Amino acid sequence: MKLNLTLNGTARSADVPERTLLADLLRDTFGMTGTHVGCDTSQCGCCTVHVDGMAVKSCTMLAVQADGCSVTTIEGLGADGLHPVQVAFSQCHGLQCGFCTPGMVMASVDLLRRNPQPTPAEIAEGLAGNLCRCTGYVNIIRAVQQASEILQKEAS
Amino acid sequence: MYAFNYQRAESVGSAAAALSADASAKVLSGGMTLLPSMKHRLIAPSALIDLARLPELIGVREEGPHWWVGAATRHQEVAAHAGLQQAIPGLADLAGLIGDPQVRARGTLGGSLANNDPSADYPAAALALRARILTERRDIAADDFFLGMFATALQPDEIITGVRFCTPVRCAYAKFKHPASGYAMAGVFVAQYPAAGAEHGGWRVAVTGVANGVFLWHEAAQALAQQSPTPPLLRDDAIDDVHAPAAYRCHLALQMLNQACQAL
Repeated sequence: MKLNLTLNGTARSADVPERTLLADLLRDTFGMTGTHVGCDTSQCGCCTVHVDGMAVKSCTMLAVQADGCSVTTIEGLGADGLHPVQVAFSQCHGLQCGFCTPGMVMASVDLLRRNPQPTPAEIAEGLAGNLCRCTGYVNIIRAVQQASEILQKEAS
Repeated sequence: MYAFNYQRAESVGSAAAALSADASAKVLSGGMTLLPSMKHRLIAPSALIDLARLPELIGVREEGPHWWVGAATRHQEVAAHAGLQQAIPGLADLAGLIGDPQVRARGTLGGSLANNDPSADYPAAALALRARILTERRDIAADDFFLGMFATALQPDEIITGVRFCTPVRCAYAKFKHPASGYAMAGVFVAQYPAAGAEHGGWRVAVTGVANGVFLWHEAAQALAQQSPTPPLLRDDAIDDVHAPAAYRCHLALQMLNQACQAL
C-alpha cells in the first residue's frame, strides 16, 4: 500500500505491506535506526516517536496509520545540533547503555510540551510508558528537570 | 501478524457496509489492544477498517444534562478537556489514568468499550455515569451493554459512534493499578445523582478489574445512601490469578471505594 508522510521535515513516500509497523517502516525502509525496538509489545517505549506532535509507540501503530502525518524521530529532534533534552540527558548522565534513550528523550519532549515545569512525580508518571533497566531513573528525572530549566530560559 | 487489507473509512455508513460485507473484518480505532492481539496472532481479521480520522466520531461537548464524547476521541483529549474536568472530574481523571502517555495518545473511548476488557477503566465510568452507548443504528443503556468478559451487546457489524454520559452531582474514580500493565487490579467509580425517585438515593458504584466483567456494586450504593458501613464485597466470579487472589481483589475494591469517596 502506498503512503506519504513528512519525516523529520522532509516529504517521503513508500509502498509497503499493510501489516508493516511504523517502527519497521522507519528503521527498514527509511534507515532511521535511532528508533529502537525493545520489547515489540508496547511495554518498553524504546520505539517512541512523535506523530503529529504526540508521542506514540511506533511498534503498536501501522505504517499506513501514519499516512499523511508528520513523523519526528530522534534523528529529527535537534534543528541545529542536539535538542535541549538531549543535552540535559548527556549532562546529567541520564543513561547507561543507551538503548532506551531515544524513547526516553522523545517521551520527555512530549511531556515538557504538555507540562513545561513538571514535578519529579509528574516526570515519573509522564515517563511511565518507558522502561530503563540500567539507571534506576534517578538521573533521567534530573535530566528532565534540567531540560525544563533550559527550555524555560530559552523561552524567556 | 498475518496479512490483511486496510481501508480508511470515509464515513460511518461506509464502514458499517464494509463490516456487513466481510464477516471477518474489524474496525480499527486507536489499535492499542487490537494491534497487539494481531501481533500475537490471537486474531487474524481479513481487513481493518480505520475509523480513527472520522471527524463525526471525535470530540467532547456538553449537551444539556449530558456530555457527549465521540467514540474515536483519544484518552489524552478526554483527560485534558477543561469543561469535562469541571463537570465530570471523575471521567477526565479516569482517562488520564489509562495505560501510559503514549497509549493515551492513541487509545479511544469506543475501542475500550467495544473490547470490554474486564480490567479496563472506561466501562466503570459508563456504568456509573448512566451512559448511553450510541451506535450507527441505536443507542444502548450501559446497564444492558456489558455482558461479561470481552462481551458486549454490539452486533458483529455494529459501530459505536459516541457515548452520552449523564452529568452527576459529583463523582470520582479510584484505581489500584497493576504495576506493569497499568490495568485496574481494582477500579471503583462512584457517582451521585439527585436522590428524587432514583435507586439507592441516586448513588451509583461501578467496579472494574475485580470480576468477570464490570458490574454495579449495589450494596455499596445502598450503604452510601444510608450512610452506613459498606459490607465486604462478595463475588463468585472474582478474578483469581497469579497477580492477586480473589479475596485480595475484593478487599482492594473496598479500599478503592473509600479512596473514591474521599475524593468526592
